[in-house]
Amino acid sequence: MLRFLVIRLVWMIPSLFAVSFLAFVLIQLPPGDYVTTYIATLAASNEVVDQNTAADLRNRFGLDQPLLIQYAKWISGILIAGDFGLSFEWQQPVSELIWERMALTLVLTVSTLIATWAIALPIGVYSAVKKYSVGDYIFTFFSFLGLAIPSFLLALVLMYVAAVQLGQEVGGLFSQDYVNAPWSFGKVLDLISHLWIPVIILAVSGTASLIRVMRANMLDELNKPYVTTARAKGLSEFRLLVKYPLRVALNPFISTIAWLLPNLVSGSIIVAIVLSLPTAGPMLLQSLMSQDMYLAGAFVLLICALTLVGALVSDILLALADPRIRLE
Amino acid sequence: MTDLVAGSIDAKRVAVASQWQLMWWAFRRHHLAMLGLVVVVILYVIAAVPGFFAINDPSRQNARAAFHPPQQVHWIDTAEDGSWRFSPYLHPYRLVRNPQTLAAEYQEDRTRKVGLTLFGRGYTYSVLGLFETDIHLFASSDPRQPLYLLGADRLGRCVWSRIMQGAQISLSVGLVGVILSLSIGVVLGGVSGYYGGKADFVIQRVIEFILSLPTIPIWLALAAALPQDWPAVTQYFMITLILSLTGWAQLARVVRGRFLSLRTEEFVTAARLDGASEARIIFRHMLPSFMSHIIASITLAIPAMILAETSLSFLGLGLQPPTISWGVLLREAQNIRSIATAPWLFAPGVAVVVAVMALNFLGDGLRDAADPYNK
Repeated sequence: MLRFLVIRLVWMIPSLFAVSFLAFVLIQLPPGDYVTTYIATLAASNEVVDQNTAADLRNRFGLDQPLLIQYAKWISGILIAGDFGLSFEWQQPVSELIWERMALTLVLTVSTLIATWAIALPIGVYSAVKKYSVGDYIFTFFSFLGLAIPSFLLALVLMYVAAVQLGQEVGGLFSQDYVNAPWSFGKVLDLISHLWIPVIILAVSGTASLIRVMRANMLDELNKPYVTTARAKGLSEFRLLVKYPLRVALNPFISTIAWLLPNLVSGSIIVAIVLSLPTAGPMLLQSLMSQDMYLAGAFVLLICALTLVGALVSDILLALADPRIRLE
Repeated sequence: MTDLVAGSIDAKRVAVASQWQLMWWAFRRHHLAMLGLVVVVILYVIAAVPGFFAINDPSRQNARAAFHPPQQVHWIDTAEDGSWRFSPYLHPYRLVRNPQTLAAEYQEDRTRKVGLTLFGRGYTYSVLGLFETDIHLFASSDPRQPLYLLGADRLGRCVWSRIMQGAQISLSVGLVGVILSLSIGVVLGGVSGYYGGKADFVIQRVIEFILSLPTIPIWLALAAALPQDWPAVTQYFMITLILSLTGWAQLARVVRGRFLSLRTEEFVTAARLDGASEARIIFRHMLPSFMSHIIASITLAIPAMILAETSLSFLGLGLQPPTISWGVLLREAQNIRSIATAPWLFAPGVAVVVAVMALNFLGDGLRDAADPYNK
């Protein structure tokens, strides 16, 4: 187990570096460097940047040096000082802007993951046990529908229903009173009462595919001899299901975190933009639109790192649950 | 007795049937997949000649028809003497001022009728760039009275016609994107599966890495770097290229798996011992045996591409207006004010859902049919 853990952790290092390099290349992609954009923004509001300041800035980010050295400066700034560069649009260091939004993104993603499991697990088991029943067909139909509806469309429709039919504003994660308030117990309660709408929207597409996986896994297990043996021993149908086939069928379920998470994070960005949630999504889009690349790069880096860590966690959980994997 | 004879003939037919014939027989039994096939064929016919299915010029603005509600089609025309005939017609709408709020409102004018002619004449469009015609599936019998089957948007453009036109871009993005990712996927997946060893290890790690990344932020960042003033065609190809950059990994994995399992088959070894060249082994012997699987995976990859294009364009970083795609159309439904006054702006979303579901059913059916052990 220790060997497995170490190898898996060591593998994280090149992955994280690849992600950070990717994020950096994305920063570099738009034409012109950071300082020219910065000067152009300031010039738009009639402010003039003197040559010295510009040279200082260029020096700080090493913009006159080759790409690899620029990358080295950028990544070492992040690793050593947590310095992600400056956002020229907000006139603030990027690190002051992103953490709260990343934390809320994490809260949203984890809650959605839990909700997805909580919905998909019982439905998947039901669909497998009552194969080809009316309920199975209904769930199958809805899971295909769930796969086909883009999450932003679902968010829009929900917003429409809430606004027009119920006369309620949907959007945001906090009520008016709490938006700028410091964190308190009341704010957390307020967050929970707002969180469920985006969670449900995001859970729909993930649930759809998970139900298919769970159903297929259970169907594979249900015909195995050990199930018949357990039934012959006189175990009640419910206890039998929970005790044997469910545990085996759960295995691939854990490994789905690895591919569910990137999809979830992707979906959460679009849904957050539609519902204007204070998570990473809207700010990432805004920063990309105005080519505020250090801010955008920081988000891309952290979001990708989040999914890599998710994959790591899922691999470790899987190794804990299944000895065959850690011995491989 | 006759049953037995029929059975043995059937068995004979099965014994000599080609792989494709077997697949088709298996596929035909799958009702949802057949339905999917029909819908997909209809959609791609629309995508090929959207002008024929459109009613009004999709880019034409009409200030007098802003947020024009959808009109209901009446199929049976009854005359005053009680006789009736099949002749679809609609009641035109007129703008009236609401006496209380003074806002302009549309009101159905029940005294007048506008006929809906099949194969009537409308605006001129070109068919696949080959020739021009003005014949449409439906047309208004009165050229001065435009019909809005699904209403009109903020600028008075016909939503129905725009959905038809948008099908061309939205559905072809899926095809072109999948062909691009398939080319990358087959080469890398093939090398990985056929040669194995170090190449396989490296390509596997790259695939795993790509699959573990969330695609939307990366697409957004790449799309944001594209200059907004590029011509529409260049933009279109750049967007499909961006989508394929991450899309190939899934297909490469499928191809690799197939190569790995076939590499050790007797017929491949036999071909190798016969002195067949590597290209011949791959293209003559191995490719035909997993072609059907690849086609099924492609069908399942297209909807993902369509959804991706829709999402990107919806967020404003994909295709830009005046290009018409379903995602661009959905941008009109972006704010709550527009959709509260004009819920029919969701219609392009319905088109997306129908297309994606049909392709999913089709792909599912193909996958089952392509599996020779699936009974």
